[in-house]
Amino acid sequence: MKISENINESGSTVDMLINMGPQHPSTHGVFRLVLQLDGELIVDAEPHIGYLHRGSEKLCETESYSQVVTLFDRLDYVANLNSELAYCMAVEKLLELQIPDRAWYIRTILCELNRISSHMLFYGVYGLDVGAMTPVLYGFRERERIQSLFEQVTGARMMHNYIRIGGVKEDTPPEFNGNLHTVVLELEKAIEECDELLTQNEAFLARTKNISCLTIEDAIDFGVTGPILRSTGLVEDVRISEPYGIYDRFDFGIPIGSTGDCWDRYYIRMQEMRESLSIIKQAIKQMEPGEVQAKMRRIVRPPKGECFVRTESPRGDLGVFLVSDGSQNPYRVKVRAPSFANLQAIKHMLEGVYVADAVVILGSLDIVLGEVDR
Amino acid sequence: MEDQANKTTALNAASQKLLGILPSILNQPTLQYRTNIDELTVNLPGDLVHTICKILKTHTDTAFDYLTCLSVVDYEDILEINYHLFSYTKRHKMVLKCELKSTDPTISSISNIWRAANWFEREAHDLFGVLFEDHPSLDRLLLPDDFEGNPGLKSYPLHEYKEW
Repeated sequence: MKISENINESGSTVDMLINMGPQHPSTHGVFRLVLQLDGELIVDAEPHIGYLHRGSEKLCETESYSQVVTLFDRLDYVANLNSELAYCMAVEKLLELQIPDRAWYIRTILCELNRISSHMLFYGVYGLDVGAMTPVLYGFRERERIQSLFEQVTGARMMHNYIRIGGVKEDTPPEFNGNLHTVVLELEKAIEECDELLTQNEAFLARTKNISCLTIEDAIDFGVTGPILRSTGLVEDVRISEPYGIYDRFDFGIPIGSTGDCWDRYYIRMQEMRESLSIIKQAIKQMEPGEVQAKMRRIVRPPKGECFVRTESPRGDLGVFLVSDGSQNPYRVKVRAPSFANLQAIKHMLEGVYVADAVVILGSLDIVLGEVDR
Repeated sequence: MEDQANKTTALNAASQKLLGILPSILNQPTLQYRTNIDELTVNLPGDLVHTICKILKTHTDTAFDYLTCLSVVDYEDILEINYHLFSYTKRHKMVLKCELKSTDPTISSISNIWRAANWFEREAHDLFGVLFEDHPSLDRLLLPDDFEGNPGLKSYPLHEYKEW
């Protein structure tokens, strides 16, 4: 396009449309964004989603309750265990099932590890988004340690299908405790290392500080949750405000930001990794041997009814609305995906910023398209 | 472990308090308030949804600032819209339900009350064919624009292809 095409007869500029995605490395999946530009400023942004829509919610209706767990693995494919947990909790709530303590400790440890590995991925690719090549190598190295540990416990690196209705698939292998201990020690060092590498880097600060500040009111109104909501300064974490499982037995903090800019969103995740490690360490101390699966019938048939559960996934408030008609298959499963609501705010966040910041802002939301499109 | 069981089957203190003040705030004597597991649930007629949502959000004692989820359940002849609400300031929650005839699933949009409702309503329109009146842009969200039908509905066939 020639520059003259962007100037009309009276000499003022004409808005230009730029298409970003769906195949674009910085969209972290298949996500299309149409930007309307006035020079370098974004006037309007129109997000287009649905490229990864597989009809998961509809598929859930045709599978039996225990088969649905595998579908939840594929929603948030960066934090699989957290998605599995949300679904299993919903079924258990309908069944009014008591989960053995040890199962809850294993679930908590693995979910917090998954949170760290998800945030490590964010750390790496966010570095790439702002133009730093090294963090992704560090981030993936640490993520790899966690993935190998998952492989020992669940048998799969991703798509674990390990958290089951009523507990977990099986007890941890004998070498798990030792390996977990090593991984925790390594991660402690690694988080400090990553922190030193990027957080206070001058170029990084220039790209992220005071970019796309979100107010508390806007964030709440858009239904934004998780680290992005906390970056605006609101103290809100489902693990503490509406504790589920055994989270009320641990002592941990909720990191919050002050301005709600991109740097705050990044730094909250760095601090959250430390809090997760603290939870894991407390859990290791408290954990005792015991059953890992509640006594229940082999074919899961919850009574007629419905329930809604909220959990804190690495991306925010992951809710599952489950309706049962008393048969072997769920009647309706609705996933309240945190990325879906967070992504909705992008239109608002992009208005009036420079086009060069669009990628930085989108990256700071840390969306997973598998969960957005379902 | 026993108190954990009790926790999941009763309203928490904040929602209990809400149940006490809600009838006087909404001032709708016909409404039935019931408890479903740990949530206060109210069935609303379609024409009241917008008014009541507005009251629930703006009234200082209810202060429902966060629309957690908007979902549709297809019961063949009726479509049930579920609004899950939560208040960060008051820390209570509730569910609003509205039943629509599946032959004419029309309801007023609440996207001018909570902006979060925008995409939730578009998704409901896309997958279930619910029409939200006064929605700023009720286009398809997840499916392509030229897609025909509403695959969320129970009447929509699932495996209508041959495996190769």
